[in-house]
Amino acid sequence: MDLTTLSIDAIHAGLLARQFSAEELVRATLERIERENKAIRAYLTLSPERALAQALEIDRKVRAQEPLPPLAGVPVAVKDVLSTKGVRTTCASRILERYIPPYDATAVERLEAAGASILGKTNCDEFAMGSSTENSGFFPTHNPRDLTRVPGGSSGGSAAAVAANLAAAALGSDTGGSIRQPAALTGVVGMMGTYGRVSRYGLVAFASSLDHVGPFGRTVSDVARVLGVIAGRDARDSTSADVPVPDYWVALEADVRGLKVGVPDEYFNGLSPEIGDNIQKGLDLMARLGMKVEPIRMLHTDYAIACYYIICTAEASSNLARYDGVRYGFRESGADDLREMYKKTRDHGFGAEVKRRIMLGTYVLSSGYYDAYYRKAQKVRALITRDFLEAFDKVDILVTPTSPVPAFKLGERMDDPLQMYLADIYTVTASLAGVPGISVPCGVTRSSPHLPVGMQILAKHFDEARLLRVAHAFERAGGFEVA
Amino acid sequence: MALSEKDVRYVAALAHLELTEEEVKKFLPQLDAVLEHMQKLNQLDTSQVEPMAQVIYPAAGTPTLRPDEPRQTLSQQESLANAPEPGAGCFKVPRVIERE
Repeated sequence: MDLTTLSIDAIHAGLLARQFSAEELVRATLERIERENKAIRAYLTLSPERALAQALEIDRKVRAQEPLPPLAGVPVAVKDVLSTKGVRTTCASRILERYIPPYDATAVERLEAAGASILGKTNCDEFAMGSSTENSGFFPTHNPRDLTRVPGGSSGGSAAAVAANLAAAALGSDTGGSIRQPAALTGVVGMMGTYGRVSRYGLVAFASSLDHVGPFGRTVSDVARVLGVIAGRDARDSTSADVPVPDYWVALEADVRGLKVGVPDEYFNGLSPEIGDNIQKGLDLMARLGMKVEPIRMLHTDYAIACYYIICTAEASSNLARYDGVRYGFRESGADDLREMYKKTRDHGFGAEVKRRIMLGTYVLSSGYYDAYYRKAQKVRALITRDFLEAFDKVDILVTPTSPVPAFKLGERMDDPLQMYLADIYTVTASLAGVPGISVPCGVTRSSPHLPVGMQILAKHFDEARLLRVAHAFERAGGFEVA
Repeated sequence: MALSEKDVRYVAALAHLELTEEEVKKFLPQLDAVLEHMQKLNQLDTSQVEPMAQVIYPAAGTPTLRPDEPRQTLSQQESLANAPEPGAGCFKVPRVIERE
């Protein structure tokens, strides 16, 4: 039996039946990482002692016939923007190369409390800024489906780890698509809950009004299991919502017949057939499952990239002011005074994309430009949110492509930031509105090398259960392999 | 091009970034292209729209204030553990005040 390809439910059943131990499971995954991570480069830091200590505790519970927690023995990867006590957390930035957090993020703490083994920390774009993981301050990650291509980003390491069976599930962060887009490009499931559904405590801040923590898995059921563990109110994040968490896994089985699926025209204008044809086949399948597919308009979609990049860079410029070489992280030596030390530290510690975003954010917040850019973007954000609220008066869910392109070649898009930003068009809208979204595999491109295509499903605020139910029905009907 | 090299240097200084000449030349057209794209928002009339600073959802109110009670926080040792230059229980920095 290959222990590295099991679903969470199969792991649970196998542990209970004593077919394998949690220790064997973790060791098998670590061995696979040892063999295959050199080519993929999904991980920045491994934490084998921590993973094994947890596994031994699970095995003790099995022997003592104590009840097993929901993620018992599950080997998981964690994006390196989530704080892990005693384990280096770099945000893939040179400026935090040697930073060791004194506490765990809430999502990490909840995973471990639920029995999961943390294998290590995954690569990403520096401070989660990017769509390809090429902006890592250390090295790029390669897409396991085609090693010459990017895994998407910014959570590219987590997506690649799950796609290559280097972890059973993973945590990522999503600010404008950073879970959903790499899930699409690597052929796995990735989900962002409603803003406030999962605590951001211990997530290193990029754009606080847009940042989310969420799961990756190989199946919708696995994603439902992980989301159920990490979701819920946390007093340490004042924006985390005090809304009850339903049993997402039980909700998977409910009927999807009669549900209304909205297909927004604006997401398909100019879409290349290599993506569009697959999404259409996915929609045909949904219709065969008894869902009612109908066109809908989302009139402000075209303004979302401008709106998103004003707000996220403004918040980033403010959040990243804390990296000044004083309390933690890298400090450049040889400065004569404090201001010079700040400047040298930040210039040498940050990579190009982070500097670009800090500069854009500083510009749109600067005197004379605040109203024209930042305040204007906040108003457009309200209009984009209104589009969603009106759409969900008419339909239950929305279906769109996740990314306008499949995985592209490493290095292909690095010199044109605007083009890279424009490719985030289908994911930033839900981020601005704060509604939940999931990306599920929807076949592969027709022409060689047959790259994964992702379908995005969106629902109204706190309707994650319905989102997962539709995604699960789609998966069970063969939607992941539509052709 | 609306943005100038002088603007790039000004914004970099506001953000405490010390850019090389090369970086200024590289960033100028990139930032200019993004800022130009952002002008697109001016096509929309938003005079009747309230700005949105946070996600608003139709759910029960979230308590954003907790009771103001003393709690254990990080110890001095933990707080200083990641400092590039700790000393005497403090974060040390280069000279701040000019000497006469």
